Formats: sequence, structure tokens, C-alpha cells
Amino acid sequence: MHLLVVWNPLARNTVTNAMFLVVTMLSISGLFILLQAFFMASVQVIVYAGAVMVLFLFVIMLLDLKVEHKRRLRLGSIFVGGILTLASVATFIQVLFGKDAPEEAAGDVVYVGSTSTLGKLLFTQFLLPFEVISVLLLAAMLGVILLSKKELK
Amino acid sequence: MTLAELLISTLKIVGLISVVLPLIAYSVVAERRISAAIQDRVGPNRVGPFGLLQPLADGVKFLLKEDFTPSYVNKVYFWMAPALAMIPSFVVFAVIPFGSMLFGEKMVVADLNVGILFTFAIVSLSVYGIVLAGYASNSKYPFLGGIRSSAQMISYEIAMGMSVIPLFMLTSDPVFFSQGLSESWNQFLMGTSDLNLSRIIAYQSGSFFDWLIFKQPLAFIIFLAAAFAETNRLPFDLPESETELVAGYHTEYSSMKFALFFLGEYAAMIAASSLMVVLFLGGWSLPLWGLDQPADNVFLGLLHIIIFFSKVSLFMVFFIWIRWTLPRFRYDQLMNLGWKRFLPLSLANIIVTAIWLWFKS
Repeated sequence: MHLLVVWNPLARNTVTNAMFLVVTMLSISGLFILLQAFFMASVQVIVYAGAVMVLFLFVIMLLDLKVEHKRRLRLGSIFVGGILTLASVATFIQVLFGKDAPEEAAGDVVYVGSTSTLGKLLFTQFLLPFEVISVLLLAAMLGVILLSKKELK
Repeated sequence: MTLAELLISTLKIVGLISVVLPLIAYSVVAERRISAAIQDRVGPNRVGPFGLLQPLADGVKFLLKEDFTPSYVNKVYFWMAPALAMIPSFVVFAVIPFGSMLFGEKMVVADLNVGILFTFAIVSLSVYGIVLAGYASNSKYPFLGGIRSSAQMISYEIAMGMSVIPLFMLTSDPVFFSQGLSESWNQFLMGTSDLNLSRIIAYQSGSFFDWLIFKQPLAFIIFLAAAFAETNRLPFDLPESETELVAGYHTEYSSMKFALFFLGEYAAMIAASSLMVVLFLGGWSLPLWGLDQPADNVFLGLLHIIIFFSKVSLFMVFFIWIRWTLPRFRYDQLMNLGWKRFLPLSLANIIVTAIWLWFKS
């Protein structure tokens, strides 16, 4: 997955960039599957890989970005990006193989990945944050409609 | 996973594909013969008895034709797109229960508890094959086809997803699953949860009027129309409409790469039909002659698989029949239908179902 993220900005073609992001999304859903959260994994694919990224591709193809092809790689940004990536890889390695590595989870883990458990939690314990996020999304949606209707006034 | 489990899964996958591939080949023949019948022609009847060996001839022709790659295409995506168009349709079959039991094994490759979500996830990926084909071809008509398909498939995916919610509101009935089922069903469903596709078959197994096509006719109509749009079939085949875009996204393709798009379309139709059979027509069960229970011997097990694929074939004939009956929609009509008709209707359907369930309880 790291390799995908690192390679992404090196590709000069915007559609390639978008496709790399799709593959990254798929790998994230793979991580959810490893965590036994099948609902989250499916939703990750449906929402991000299936809908958001298709819209990205749609916009990229409509805009036909030729500027990106011509832009050259800057040495400084490669350097900074490389150091940041190496640092995060190092952190991962330390967490996974270091002294403080987490023990294997004990036998009776609470299984929260199932759809009904998640739904119940969303509508009881986390109702307020859930509703706040819905209102935020609604506001964003209204904003988009308003922006795209501007000429019609 | 032990070696035995791995072997059994492999056998199931090989068995399923060896049924689905001929089904695809013969739906192409069926398409040509039925379209001929509808237009009062004869159709292909020369190769073998009644033209039944036509798929063989077609396949050989596709393989032997020159595989031409235009010089201006984006090579990587040009090669990748046909595969991406084909693969998702096959992956969908992984969670579809195509039979009850055979030799003590459940006849589904992966009995996921998020079965329906998995199918939607995979279906939502199938748009990439078409979009990339349109982009990679680097010419006007395929490009327009690709753009059209990305907008169309996203729009109808939403209506499709919303239309099945009432089904699962009905089938997540705890009373039914604790009392209404026989011993063999309870054993069959052990360890499954609400979104499992076998459960929705169990819910429909009682009588014909338990089939969700009768309980949720509106959901069925919306799902059916959305399935036509998702598989790019007439009356919604805007991404490849021959009269405006030459052949849409696969204009630049030839030989086996074109055949892959072609087969991918039919595989997607079969996948959509199987999904509709499972969701609305009781899957492999038939409320007659004791066929509503999971099979306990090989004969019944095989019979269930045959019932399932017969129902799928009925839907395939319906798909073909519609194609040669209705004219193509205009693009704005397509978008209006998806967003302004189907989406509000399916939302209303959810609310009505919820109110009804609330009154009932």
C-alpha cells in the first residue's frame, strides 16, 4: 500500500493518479476485512472506489488536464516527501516488530464489525455525532446546488 | 483455511464457472435467434443442429481475427480495460447462492454475511472497465461513451441500492426467523445474519405470495430498470448507442478484446438476473413438491441448481425481449428517470414499508 501511495505522484498522467488512488482505496478495504469489519470493507468500496473515484475520473476526463503532463518533478518536494514516507514506514516497522508490539488479541473480542451492531450503535450511543455529520453533509449539498445554480438568477 | 476447504471452494468455483460460461455463450445465440424471431427473420441456423454450435464458430472467429491496436491509444489502459469489464461480473457470482446443498456443502462460493453489500461493491467497480476503455482509446466517440457510462452507472447505482432496502427491512423479521422456519432451514441458516442472501431465500420459501416480487412490486420495478441501466442494455445503452457514437466505448477494439467486452456485458446480465432471482423470485426454492426446503439428497440438490438457472434463463429471455421491443432513451430522459423518478420513489417505498412494519408490530 505504501508503494502505491509513493508511486502515485510520480506518475505524470492524472488518470493514472486516480487509478492508483482507487487501488489504494481497495487496499484499505482489505485492511478492514483483516479486522473482520466486513460491513466497513464493503461500504469503503461502494462509496470511495465505486462512487467518489468515478466522479473524480469523470471530472478529470472532462477537464482534460494537459498542464500536469508538462510539469516537471521538483527535487525538493521529492526529498521532503521521501523523508516523510520513510519516517512513516519506520514507525510502522517499529510498531509491528518493536519491543512494544501489541500482543495477539485475547479470545473473546467484542465483534463490532457486523451490520446490525454498527447500526444499533449509530442510533443509540453515537446518535448526536451521527446527526451532526448528516447536517454537515446536507449543508455541503445545499452549497453545491447554490454554487451551480448561480448563473440562473 | 484447511486444504480440504480450499479444495471444496476451488471445486465450487470451477463448477459455477463451467455453468456460467456456456450460459453466456448460449445467451448470445438466444439473443440472435430471438431478435430474428421478433423481426421476422431466420437468424443463425447453419452451424450444427438449429445453429446450436454457433458460439463455437463465433469464438474461433474472434480468436483468429487480427488483434489491431491503434497507434494513438494509451497501451496500458487499452489492454487493462477489457479485463476490468469482464472480471467484476464474475466476482459477483461468489456470493450468490445458486443451490441449496450438494454432498453436505452449501452451494455458494462465499457465504458472506454482507452478501448484498458485497454485490453492490463489486457492481460499482464494473464502471472502470468502460470508463478506461473510453479514455484509453484516445478518440472522440469512445471518450463520449466512457463519460456517459460513468454518469449513468453512478446515477442508477443509487436507485438500485435504495430499492433493495425495503426487502431487508422485511426480511430482518426476528419473529419469522425464530418460529416460522422448519428444522432443516434453521440448521441451514445457522451463523448467518441479516444481510445474508440465503436468509432472503428462506423468507420467500413459504408460498408464491411470499416472493418479494409480490410483496415489493415497486422495488422490483426500480431494481429491474436499474439493472438494465447498469448492464448498458437497451433501452439504456447510451454508452454504446450505435446511431450516435459508432459503437461507443469499444469502437477502437477488435478481435478477442472486443469479445471480452461483449462477454462481459452478457456476464453482467446473468449476474443481474441471478441477483433478481435471489432477491425477488425465491432463489433456488420453489414452493411446490417439497422443494422449499434445503436439499437432503443429491437429486434434490441438483434439482435446486436447475431451478435456479431456469429462473435466471427466464430473466435473460426477458432482457433480450425488452432490447428488441423498446427504443433507446434520450440522455436527459435517462437522467430524469434515474434522479427525479426512481430515487424519490424508492425513498418513499422505504418510508411506507417502515410505517407498515411499525403498525404491524
